[in-house]
Amino acid sequence: MTPTAQARALILSRIRERLGVSGNDRGRRQAVEERLRRHSRNTIPGRAKGERDALFAMMTEMLSAQGAEVTRAATPEEAIRAIAEDLREHALPLRLRMGDDAELAALPWDVAPEVERAFGKAEDADRASLSRAFAAAAETGTLFLVSGGDNPTTLAFLPEVHFVLIRAGDVAGAYEEVFDRLRAIYGEGKLPRTVNLISGPSRTADIEQTIVRGAHGPKRLHVLILG
Amino acid sequence: MNDASHQDFKTSAGRALDDAKLQRALANVKRGFVIKRERASSNLPEFAALREEARAIKDHTLAHLDLYLEAYEREVTESGGKVHYAPSAADARDIVLKLCREAGARLVTKGKSMVSEEIALNAHLEGAGIEVAETDLGEHIIQIRDDAPSHIVAPVIHLNKEEIAEDFVRAHPGLPKDRPLGTVLDLVAEARAVLRAKFLAADVGITGANLLIAETGSSVIVTNEGNGDLTETLPRMHIVVASIEKIVPTLEDACTILRLLARSGTGQDISTYTTFATGPAAADDPDGPRAYHVVLLDNGRSEMLGGDFQDMLRCIRCGACLNHCPVYGAIGGHAYGSLYPGPMGAVLTPTLYGIDHARDLPNASSFCGRCEQVCPMAIPLPAMMRKWRERDFERGDPPLLQRSALLLWAFAAKRPRLYHALAGTIAPLLARLAGKRGRLTTLPLAGAWTSTRDLPAPEGKTFHALYREMQRSKAR
Repeated sequence: MTPTAQARALILSRIRERLGVSGNDRGRRQAVEERLRRHSRNTIPGRAKGERDALFAMMTEMLSAQGAEVTRAATPEEAIRAIAEDLREHALPLRLRMGDDAELAALPWDVAPEVERAFGKAEDADRASLSRAFAAAAETGTLFLVSGGDNPTTLAFLPEVHFVLIRAGDVAGAYEEVFDRLRAIYGEGKLPRTVNLISGPSRTADIEQTIVRGAHGPKRLHVLILG
Repeated sequence: MNDASHQDFKTSAGRALDDAKLQRALANVKRGFVIKRERASSNLPEFAALREEARAIKDHTLAHLDLYLEAYEREVTESGGKVHYAPSAADARDIVLKLCREAGARLVTKGKSMVSEEIALNAHLEGAGIEVAETDLGEHIIQIRDDAPSHIVAPVIHLNKEEIAEDFVRAHPGLPKDRPLGTVLDLVAEARAVLRAKFLAADVGITGANLLIAETGSSVIVTNEGNGDLTETLPRMHIVVASIEKIVPTLEDACTILRLLARSGTGQDISTYTTFATGPAAADDPDGPRAYHVVLLDNGRSEMLGGDFQDMLRCIRCGACLNHCPVYGAIGGHAYGSLYPGPMGAVLTPTLYGIDHARDLPNASSFCGRCEQVCPMAIPLPAMMRKWRERDFERGDPPLLQRSALLLWAFAAKRPRLYHALAGTIAPLLARLAGKRGRLTTLPLAGAWTSTRDLPAPEGKTFHALYREMQRSKAR
């Protein structure tokens, strides 16, 4: 046996010895396989099961309480204008870093031609970025972002302002609903490299329990709910 | 490892109580964590139900831990990552160093990880010529002070901002000495700039894991700062160092525990960032690490299975038991002389390092039971501390006087007639000694105890005598 295999065998045999079990026990194996295959839901909080309007209200309320800004945009034009206004208002360069997301590309960018777009992963010099959220769970105002060329992970952490666009139809109640949607796309038991659950701008309370925003990631998170 | 010998704990606890700066800093625990936890948990009506489920999830997982580890490893491998097993702390250190060397690492960034503290990873890597940068703000401060974390969630809860400003002036090079660092905002801004440079230059990123998921082979980290994400996204290699009991079966099980973790720990409904990482970046991903490794640490945990301390393996390191412990609140984390302080540390430290290193810790408790009440995993912490006391006693380690007193008491308590006769004689005697004040200021053989406290004297009659009288008067 290689040292790696030895270490593995040692830990597993210690566990089995202490538990007084065998690794070949069919009943135990079945119990584990069943549980992994079924991935049954546990209790889901009542707050996550509201009507659509209640979920939007909760999504907005939770995100705001956690320090994010939320814009409800009825049309894609409104969403783009809100981004441009935000950049101007905060005296930021009119430049956005974003990935290859087809839905973001299809937005009517011509309503704000002054906003320049750069594509690819985030660089240190980028001040503002835009991602599209895969989904959200209203129960805690949590956005789900998935890694990939469409929405590279660094967009969510390097720039000081992060815009996230989410279609209203993608706002779910509970985390579990979003994981089921991920399973439907990536397959049972599979996830992309990174699934980021984001519930506000970066913050720290390490010094004297005083909350300060923009610890290492974005100082501001601006969420645009479209539709 | 840190030695907390008998005298050390008493001395350091005494020193902590007299430290005005520390006492001012500790007041923040109640102001922050305790009040926020109460609000967050009472705002979720299902909190108690989730707690029961979380306990059951962990109990089930621990009973099948060998099989879940196998399943987890299978999924990690399938997603392109690699699992390494480390029976001891030394094994884990060696594996991480070997991986860093393979990656040609000169600079390593780290997310906050108690397990990496447990295995003393930084010193090992630095000894091999690799620069290590802690990136959690609290851990960065600990690193530049050459200090130790005093809390498992808030490492610098023992410090005030003025002390931290002095450290920054000393440790951050190339900045004007007279720059303004008077506010927490100034300090955070400076740390952000200093650490951003490290993030961008790092070759390897090391994080811990709050959870490992068998269903998908994912590691989960929870942060507010986003430092863990920059650590595991920017460098070309991501190494996760986690202990074997972090496994949960499914994403649904992870959801249940995540609903309890932040609410119990920091009193948030959810931490700002919860990140599921699975394998290395895909071929066409524009960012993310090219290699993904998980080092699974045992270091005494498998020995806890099937015994008196198995329940401790449910712990999710939220810190609620520290925040609500009157002893922790009075002396802070350092006085325990152990990496893991407070009630969870009092149980875990003797398990991981031996009772010889931590005899006082299971005694550093008022046994008020608050820790168990607020524990999101319903761990019977006071009962386990009592277990350690029993074991310590059975081994014959407590001082002779304490032993003889307890043995005498046990001898009498097992003989009711003798017990009643003795109690009936001693109680009125003590009552007479105490006089009108009803308090005893000194006691023979218990001078240390009465030097800081008075013993309320018995009223004169024993409970049994009063009970008999009551029964007689009822019967009449």
